[in-house]
Amino acid sequence: MAGYVLRRFGQAIITIFAVSLIVFAVLHALPGGLVRAQLGQKATAVQVHSLEVQEGLLKPLPVQYVTWAWNAMRGQLGFSYKLNESVASLISLYVPRTFILVLVSLLFAIAIAVPMGLWQGFRRNKGDDHALSATMLILYSMPTFLLGVVLIVVLNLWFPVFPSTASDYGTSLMVDARDLALPVITLCLANVSYFSRYMRSAVIDNLLEDYVRTARSKGATNKRILLRHILRNSLTSTVTLLGLTLPYTVSGSLIVEALFNYPGAGLLFWNSAQTRDFPVLLGVVLIIAVLTVLGNLVADVLYGVIDPRVRLR
Amino acid sequence: MATTVDSVPLGAVEKDAKPRSLLRIALSTFVGNKLAVISLAILILIVLFSFLGPLLYHTNQTATNLVLENQPPSSAHILGTSPTGKDELGRLMLGGQSTLELGLAVGVLATAFGLIWGTVSGFVGGVVDSIMMRVVDAFLSIPFLFFVILLASIARPTLTLIIIVISAVSWLSTARLVRAETLSLRTRDYVSASLGFGAKGSRLIGRHVVPNVLGVLVVNGTLKIADAILTFAALGYLGLSVPPPATNWGEILSGGVNNIFDGYWWQIWPAAVLIVLTVLAVNVLGDALRDVVEARLNQR
Repeated sequence: MAGYVLRRFGQAIITIFAVSLIVFAVLHALPGGLVRAQLGQKATAVQVHSLEVQEGLLKPLPVQYVTWAWNAMRGQLGFSYKLNESVASLISLYVPRTFILVLVSLLFAIAIAVPMGLWQGFRRNKGDDHALSATMLILYSMPTFLLGVVLIVVLNLWFPVFPSTASDYGTSLMVDARDLALPVITLCLANVSYFSRYMRSAVIDNLLEDYVRTARSKGATNKRILLRHILRNSLTSTVTLLGLTLPYTVSGSLIVEALFNYPGAGLLFWNSAQTRDFPVLLGVVLIIAVLTVLGNLVADVLYGVIDPRVRLR
Repeated sequence: MATTVDSVPLGAVEKDAKPRSLLRIALSTFVGNKLAVISLAILILIVLFSFLGPLLYHTNQTATNLVLENQPPSSAHILGTSPTGKDELGRLMLGGQSTLELGLAVGVLATAFGLIWGTVSGFVGGVVDSIMMRVVDAFLSIPFLFFVILLASIARPTLTLIIIVISAVSWLSTARLVRAETLSLRTRDYVSASLGFGAKGSRLIGRHVVPNVLGVLVVNGTLKIADAILTFAALGYLGLSVPPPATNWGEILSGGVNNIFDGYWWQIWPAAVLIVLTVLAVNVLGDALRDVVEARLNQR
């Protein structure tokens, strides 16, 4: 197990290195350079040059990369002139809120999708399975923001249960838990439609396995077969899926945050994109990508815990 | 998705005296799937609606007309008007054009690039393979919407730029898939045999790898179209849409969502139905194509 974790950890480090190279490349692909992007079109050549010297942009690229990466590791991600705040402090304020949103939605999604997929796989091709599959396919074909809009219409306009816009958060992590309700339901449903499809087909595959026949011939009841044998074996694929879909869920949170005005990293990112606040954009992309790689790592380690066969590969 | 084990009775294969051609099998599998045929019909209708519609139903989509803003459906404007006073039905047709063009273009571009990346990586192997695959890993771990918005905010978005940007995040899983297929093909006997006869790498790829992964690629490409349309709609909703007068369904929807509490239903639901219907039809078609490809594989 230790070897497996170490190997996966090494891979994660390499991936993070590659991600940092990509972000660094985008940083230098900006039209007119980062300095132009910050000072605007009207800046004089002298102003541009002095900021370039100040930011060390005239040194060779490898030197710049090492300096930039070293600063990033120490948490110095630059300064947002538009918001007049350091990128690091913005990120430490906004990213935890997205973390809460994503984590809570994923937990709910698993809690719903696993039993549902188990039930559908067991009752495959019966009426209720078809009805659920069709519903999930429609959910799956819906853009996340549209799902959110439908939920606003139903749970805010028709039946005013939850607020459709988050309150003013200022510098606190959370103000009102009810603000989270609609964003979480939206993100959760989007994931349920995805997870349950996989869970269902994993259950169907497992039901054909020899160990199920053996268990049955030994007199195990359906309930015991489903809960003791199928559940654990099908969960493994769902856990991998969890790691693989993490980038999609985080992308979804951007949409949801923009729709419900929930002040997380996605909303910060979107607002910064509109003002072309590049230090913030690049800092958020870097941190979000690193967190996604780490999340993937956690999912893979969990996978190893659940399924001992994986550790040997 | 459904298990073929249940649906095919055991004696069925022996009853067919004449071997059927692969194309016949593919066609009959497809036509046998009613949902897939309906989906294809829906897609054809949407294509006709978007591209032939504007020829039959003339609207002015270039001028803003604030006198006519937010009007409910009437005989003059069958689906009402937008927040800027443009005819909604005409707008939906225009949005359909960019959506369908983008979906097809991304499907083709992402598949082609993924095919090249995957075959090279799988065939060359070694250090090159590891580096190429780490690049894919890195791109995959950047949440794609963040990356797309970052790229789209650098330059002013046009349809071509959005196609390139969405393709840039869509080829990754295709590359992984093709690499895996290439790796498994490399160990097959007939590939070793043709290597033994002195075949070059390019011939192997062209004659053996590509024809073998084609089926999987078509399925994958179809599902990519669905994802691309969803991403395009999301970008339109976020305000990163094609320059006017062109539009997309996501942008139309976002205009309606701003007026959601005023009850202007015609600005939301028609666009919503079109997006879901298109993506649903493409997804069902993709699933059906997968069944066709698997049926072909099973016959071998």
